[in-house]
Amino acid sequence: PWRPPSRHAAFSGSTTSPDLRHPGLKKRDELEDMLEERRRSSDARHALRCYAPAVYKGLAPREVSALRGAVLQSDALQHVIGQVSRRELVQEEAAHLLDEMAHRLRLGTVRFFAYVLSKVFKTLFRSVRVNEEGVQRLQQAIQDHPVVLLPSHRSYMDFLMMSYILYTYDLALPVIAAGMDFMSMKVVGEMLRMSGAFFIRRSFGGDKLYWAVFSEYVKTMLRTGYAPIEFFLEGTRSRTGKSLTPKTGLLNIVMEPFFKGEVFDIHLVPVSISYDRILEESLYARELLGVPKPKETTSGLLKARQILREDYGVMHVYFGHPVSVRSLAQGRVKRSQYNLVPRHIPQRPCLAAQALVGEAAFRLVRLQEQAMVLRPWTLVATLLLQNPDGMDLPVLEEQAAWLRRLALSFGAFLDWPDCKPCREVVGAGLALHKNLARVSGGRVRLAVAETPGVGQTAEELAFDRAVGVLSCASYRNQILHVFIRPALLSVALRTANSSRKDEVYTCFNFLWTVFSNEFILCPGASVQDFEEACYLLGKCCAVQESQQDIVMSEGGHATLAFLRALLDPFLQGYQVVCQYLCKETEENLRENKFVPAARNFALQLILAGTLKCYEALSSDLQKNALAALVQLEAVTKVKVGDQVTLKVNRRAASSLEDMLGTF
Amino acid sequence: PPPPPPRLRWRSSFEMVADAVYGDAKISRQDIMKWNGWGYSDSRFLFNKKGQGEFTGKRYRLSGMILPSLKDWFEATFGTSLQHKTPATPTLNVSAVPPPNLVEPFVEELKVAGVAASHDPEGRVFRSHGHCLHEIFALREGRIGRVPDLVVWPNCHNDVVKIVELACKYNVCLMPYGGGTSVSSALECPLEETRSVVSLDTSQMNRILWIDEKNLTVHVEAGIIGQDLERQLNESGYCTGHEPDSMEFSSLGGWVATRASGMKKNIYGNIEDLVVHIKMVTPRGVIEKSCQGPRMSTGPDIHHFIMGSEGTLGVVTEVTMKIRPLPEYQKYGSIVFPNFQQGVSCLREVARQRCAPASIRLMDNEQFQFGHALKPQVSSIFTSFLDGLKKFYITKFKGFEPHHLCVATLLFEGDREKVLQHEKQVYDIAAKFGGLAAGEDNGQRGYMLTFVIAYLRDLGMDYYVIGESFETSVPWDRVLDLCRNVKERIVRECKERGVQFPPFSTCRVTQTYDAGACVYFYFAFNYRGLADPLHVYERVEHEAREEILANGGSLSHHHGVGKLRKEWMREAVSTVGLGMLQSVKEYVDPNNIFGNRNLL
Repeated sequence: PWRPPSRHAAFSGSTTSPDLRHPGLKKRDELEDMLEERRRSSDARHALRCYAPAVYKGLAPREVSALRGAVLQSDALQHVIGQVSRRELVQEEAAHLLDEMAHRLRLGTVRFFAYVLSKVFKTLFRSVRVNEEGVQRLQQAIQDHPVVLLPSHRSYMDFLMMSYILYTYDLALPVIAAGMDFMSMKVVGEMLRMSGAFFIRRSFGGDKLYWAVFSEYVKTMLRTGYAPIEFFLEGTRSRTGKSLTPKTGLLNIVMEPFFKGEVFDIHLVPVSISYDRILEESLYARELLGVPKPKETTSGLLKARQILREDYGVMHVYFGHPVSVRSLAQGRVKRSQYNLVPRHIPQRPCLAAQALVGEAAFRLVRLQEQAMVLRPWTLVATLLLQNPDGMDLPVLEEQAAWLRRLALSFGAFLDWPDCKPCREVVGAGLALHKNLARVSGGRVRLAVAETPGVGQTAEELAFDRAVGVLSCASYRNQILHVFIRPALLSVALRTANSSRKDEVYTCFNFLWTVFSNEFILCPGASVQDFEEACYLLGKCCAVQESQQDIVMSEGGHATLAFLRALLDPFLQGYQVVCQYLCKETEENLRENKFVPAARNFALQLILAGTLKCYEALSSDLQKNALAALVQLEAVTKVKVGDQVTLKVNRRAASSLEDMLGTF
Repeated sequence: PPPPPPRLRWRSSFEMVADAVYGDAKISRQDIMKWNGWGYSDSRFLFNKKGQGEFTGKRYRLSGMILPSLKDWFEATFGTSLQHKTPATPTLNVSAVPPPNLVEPFVEELKVAGVAASHDPEGRVFRSHGHCLHEIFALREGRIGRVPDLVVWPNCHNDVVKIVELACKYNVCLMPYGGGTSVSSALECPLEETRSVVSLDTSQMNRILWIDEKNLTVHVEAGIIGQDLERQLNESGYCTGHEPDSMEFSSLGGWVATRASGMKKNIYGNIEDLVVHIKMVTPRGVIEKSCQGPRMSTGPDIHHFIMGSEGTLGVVTEVTMKIRPLPEYQKYGSIVFPNFQQGVSCLREVARQRCAPASIRLMDNEQFQFGHALKPQVSSIFTSFLDGLKKFYITKFKGFEPHHLCVATLLFEGDREKVLQHEKQVYDIAAKFGGLAAGEDNGQRGYMLTFVIAYLRDLGMDYYVIGESFETSVPWDRVLDLCRNVKERIVRECKERGVQFPPFSTCRVTQTYDAGACVYFYFAFNYRGLADPLHVYERVEHEAREEILANGGSLSHHHGVGKLRKEWMREAVSTVGLGMLQSVKEYVDPNNIFGNRNLL
């Protein structure tokens, strides 16, 4: 057999991802608590222990300074510099940009972080559970191929935790693409830099030189196997608990060395990080309601010490199967298209490559979603949101148990202890989230104020309530990906004129298109999604399928009603946005005015008592609705100078509103 | 029968046994060559009773020597054991050869014209194949496929004209046969061919017709074998300098028909640079230029329709080639590099400065170790002590990693003075890339291995190991990436296809050009446990070629397309390009008399 001496190391690595080929396959690894060891032995010794990770087999040993030289002297960068006039100045500027961007990994800093974070994590979390098999797979992958780590992004904790885990398991530390905002934190920014973060500007659309420096920096590290590259496909922290539509810019960059034959393969490793309680919970809700994000400052961080006093439960980190770019591209991208132009000259990727990258981005986010550990509380939060007047505790427990079965039959990665009675499980969730849900007199309801406090206006009260609802919704949103396809089908089933499959599909497809910005629905996959939804609803006996028809089955009512209710806030929210656009009188609505105006419109409806749905206030929902309207050509964006204005096609918007109203 | 024409000074060992007997008697070149393997029958690798590697015969420097490390290398590299043997069928079973499909009037008229011909089964089988793995593998198993129905031996250009006329008259399929060293399935009879297939063996057209010392050209019949041509020219103090690795067996006509490349092309050029004039017989008539001007602007060079036509248009009968006075001095050399990347960078720099020696080749680490396994037993303790010292110096003192280092072999030619100067220049460049001079001996052994390595495949096939080499050419900036990716692709594909032990997958850079290099891959694996090893082999080679093309490599640098690589021709030269070639074929040979179906 393939006994692997060094040169055959490739053979032990797994190269394909079963998850990707069979999205229904839900075999998952066991999770182990990595903090347990930390609670038993010295953190200082942990921080100072010998750290000698396995590295990429083709690694050309390279110091940080050599990396800088390699990037600055690269043909690709020199080519772009040559295109801009005044070579010397530009060369200097490129060096400056690189210095602003580049990480300066220092083991000392890493050790410092290892020490401090051990303390912090032990205080914050009861446990941090990691799938060690995934860690082992990653370790192998790092040796075989350049690796890109793609964690989900819900909290600032994410990348600290990623590096901490990799250090703890003696894996190569990643270099991490971080937003420039951190750099403004004086000491901390530099420390992050020394622990492997590199900083990129949020927008540099037209800046050719910046783009060249940045992409060459990333590609050089990747090609040489310098270190795993880590970045967030979602681009930013999701404030809603839902996965965000992936950004493909960086993914394009990291896949290019494969297309151009500069590496044999690249492995993309999705990592799913989930929290019992998110540290930024109420901050996010406020941001969604228009309170600006507090600027990242060191003093702000120090003030945030109070969060250390709270219990954030368990954190889960799941390292997915490495996805081979080579297998993804097999038969889809003709690499020989790059044969006729020197590879350092930037070339727009061909359509097939663009499509592949886009598709891969969605699939990777779906892999993240599917391996996200869901806690019982997400089910409880879902039920509480559907019952704003509260629920009797026993009813809640009963329904939670029912929902658990449904979620499991849909393949949810639910961390619900088998041995414990339902009452205890639900109780534990309620206890951890006592700021969001209140139990009194055997009844559970969302912890939102009923009457205005002293000196509080009706608006402020509505705002407070909205914070509560949106915080709670961020937990419900975590489980939406499990239900979204059957939920779309449930709504379509009720609205379709007949039970004929093609008609149901037409409705489904309409909803699918409208919500394609709201949820992770892979472009062009509406038929597969429809089939998946039919399969899942059939599996839980909610519908019956025949050759031609699909109908609700006898006992399917509860399931379908629940699923429809899941989508309700979104349907209502989108309707409100349409209403607003129809009523907006200003001809040239500036894009940046849209969200505040739409929010205000929704707020007025709530204050008037005609709208009960607080989620309509969420800026995330409003932006997604706008994107859908643009896609459906009910709104056109017109760029005049620096300003983008929105031109509303009132007829289209109002007919869309009517359509949504029928669901 | 007409008396043989007077010969120029030399008769090669080959000629001495290849004299044609006119009439139906056999022409016995196969008497000294293997019928189911590479090269001379008396020369082969084997493991003797003690399990030591040995190379038999007397023809090569390695002949008769014991190779003590071969067994360990062989077993460790392929995971084989000498217990598990897969011996070849010892003799050709003549009854398995399909009876010839002869066009009697054609044969009659040949006889009248005085052209030697034979339908002896052994001779037909001998000319039914080249040296692709699947061809040799089948022969070793005693499987005989479609073979030519008749072999004819023209003695001169006019004989060929007659044969081609008759073939047209009787609609017979002609397949030119030179040295039989094809590795592109070019000599395989197309299965769909229903006509009588006639193998046109050029071996009797092997005379040097004249040497022109004023213009430094030689006019030769195209059937001459490489080593004979060189040997004969050497006697007059000249050489062509064209030395493809197959030069012991391949023919001048074959070189022209496949666009061959020689090891020393840096000084002498490839075949297209060496050829001054070509005469070819086609169904339309004879094609040749009217003069021997060194360069012409007379439209597209018609030589370029001929060179690389792979026997699809006609038979090359006579060629005028450039010759050079024999070099005064030859010196081998070798350089050790800490890793392959440094080695490639050095070769690139040598090419940039246009100071490449006659030959410069860079082996990767696996091939370097392979070369070591073929080191003969050292005779004295002193030599082995020196070897140990060298190894110590390189690995311990210079810090070269034994599993990364690689070796370049060099051959310098010219005036003694200039050679030494040139040598210094190259070693100075090498030093900039961490290269250390590693002695003449290593260099010379490297080139000697070139000739014996083909014999080694037969040894492998005795022990469940099959393999092959293939080549490409690629721009400089992609050399490293292509080498790495293709080697890894081979390993990966083998694993996915159930090969039980990692394959031997290795490469070397064998030629440098201004704008790129020629890369040669060796690939072999242990096929125990595989139901259809040939199929696995072919798929892996196919995937490896796909990988080459995806990484900017060419379809072939010098092996040609044949039938093996036909499927990629359209991609390689574009639809219009293919159409151009097809229209030439249609004009020259509308009835597909030259029906070997190569290339197009």
